[in-house]
Amino acid sequence: MQFWIIQGLNSLSLGGLLFLLSSGFSLIFGLMRLANLTHGAFFMLGTYFGAVALRDYSGLNIWVTALGAGIAVAALGGLFERLVLTRLKTNPLGQVLVTLGMSFIISDACLVLWGGDSIPVPTPQSLQTPTRLFGFVFPTYRLVLVGIAIVAAIALYVLMDRTRLGAMIRAGVDDRQMARAVGIPVSRLFTIVFCLGTGIAGAAGVLGGPILSAYPGLDADMLPLALIVVILGGIGSLFGAFIGSFIIGFIYTFGTALFPELAYVILFLPMIVVIAFRPQGLFGRAGA
Amino acid sequence: MKWIGTAVIAAALLLPPFVAGDFYVNLASQILIAAIFALSLNLLVGFGGMTSLGHASYLGVAAYISALLTSRYGFGHGTAALISILGTVAMAAFFGVIALRATGLGFLMITLALSQVLWGLAYRMSDVTNGDNGLAGLTRPSPFGISLDSAASFYWFALIVAAIAFAMMAIFVSSSFGSSLKGVRDQPRRMAALGFNPWMIRWITFIYAGFWGGVAGLLYVYYNKYIHPTSLSTTSSAEALLGVIAGGSGTLGGPAVGAALVLLLKNYASAYIERWNMLLGLVFLFIVLVMPTGIVPGLQKLTARFRRRSS
Repeated sequence: MQFWIIQGLNSLSLGGLLFLLSSGFSLIFGLMRLANLTHGAFFMLGTYFGAVALRDYSGLNIWVTALGAGIAVAALGGLFERLVLTRLKTNPLGQVLVTLGMSFIISDACLVLWGGDSIPVPTPQSLQTPTRLFGFVFPTYRLVLVGIAIVAAIALYVLMDRTRLGAMIRAGVDDRQMARAVGIPVSRLFTIVFCLGTGIAGAAGVLGGPILSAYPGLDADMLPLALIVVILGGIGSLFGAFIGSFIIGFIYTFGTALFPELAYVILFLPMIVVIAFRPQGLFGRAGA
Repeated sequence: MKWIGTAVIAAALLLPPFVAGDFYVNLASQILIAAIFALSLNLLVGFGGMTSLGHASYLGVAAYISALLTSRYGFGHGTAALISILGTVAMAAFFGVIALRATGLGFLMITLALSQVLWGLAYRMSDVTNGDNGLAGLTRPSPFGISLDSAASFYWFALIVAAIAFAMMAIFVSSSFGSSLKGVRDQPRRMAALGFNPWMIRWITFIYAGFWGGVAGLLYVYYNKYIHPTSLSTTSSAEALLGVIAGGSGTLGGPAVGAALVLLLKNYASAYIERWNMLLGLVFLFIVLVMPTGIVPGLQKLTARFRRRSS
């Protein structure tokens, strides 16, 4: 019983982390029709920023660091979008290829700058005492992570559904040309959404740090997870990314615990089943 | 004019064992392997309009199956090669069914995700694949009793296979099936309206590309006598894709030229700097931004202009 509850909570926290990772990917894909293969690298960059900042400056706490890393990564993402991606507007394949190239550059740069050893991200002091829940002991930080993911989900929902910016983004997603015709600055929206998506990835990198720690290859571990989540949930759908994250969180955690060697295969089974019966994903729109 | 070019290429392919040292002959063998691999990917990317980021799966799986069968289970090279090619083709058929539920970016993401599974498996199932240590101490086959252990003999072997592969793929794309493939790439709806089955055409191409990817994988493992999970990684798929695009996707010879350039770059760069991945990324950015149609179409355009002027 204890096994199931502990692993269940672990699944929830992994699901939360996956949502923070994949929501940005989904946002970018939804508006820009761009599979941003740099996403894993931006996440890793956030983790390294956080790990190094928290190691070198003892006064910092993880929340400020996450915010700072998010802004820094968002700025990099914005530069990349302005300088490179906009030049390839008419060439979607080229866009994917440069994001792939960029991910190689970033991950190799991380290796040069911070070496091959993994750098831990300390769990914040105030959250180090475990929580007792239903008589079971559980790391508090992981519970907080679930809370953050839910708050982020609500914030993104409000942003997309209740604000002018969100309305403009939705218009851009639905019909880019019409949106332009009625005066919505779609290409500025692209930059905003790209910054937002990469910024969330960077902040998520820091927040995931205490669980994952920063190591070379983190990007290659995270990118497929983001891909599975969005393919499963429906590409471009935030709600789909939310549900998909928790499904994958559960499958991955229980898969690793029960069948350690096959966890990687089990991870892909739901994706394969969903693609077979609903190619657009659980909550994706047909034709999107 | 055309036969002069062909003769030059043939001479360039036949000369290395006679004039060059072992290092260069080995480099030429590697280029041949990379060229077969890039040509097979080009069937998907260039002629089929299906950009796959998981082509290393076929190379890696064929190599791993052959390596495991020969080193661990005592199979002969002939049987092992047959089983590994069959296995790779079966896997391509299965992956094709999944990936071809989508087109465009969805296809790309699914192929990437699937290849990442195999990469993860190769790393983590260490009691089968020996994980990060890779499988070492493999042997090369000796077809018809001829040992392939010397650089020159392996080069001839690779050259024969590459020539067959090139011819077979050239026939494939210039056949009526190849035309329908190009039709499906450009106008899937019209092709469907004309009574073709776009899905089936794509699927068959997918399997055929997987087959030649597997052949490249066998050569790869014979050449290196060693296999490591990195040969299944995205970097490996991306190198091949870069070769295809740099050389010119959708042309017959372009990807071979591109693959050769990527390989030479990798070899020479790694002699001076360790940062191959970073260089690969930068070359990606450069190629896509500066010469998106690739080197061979660019040169063809130049020679066409030159000819028009001289005539």
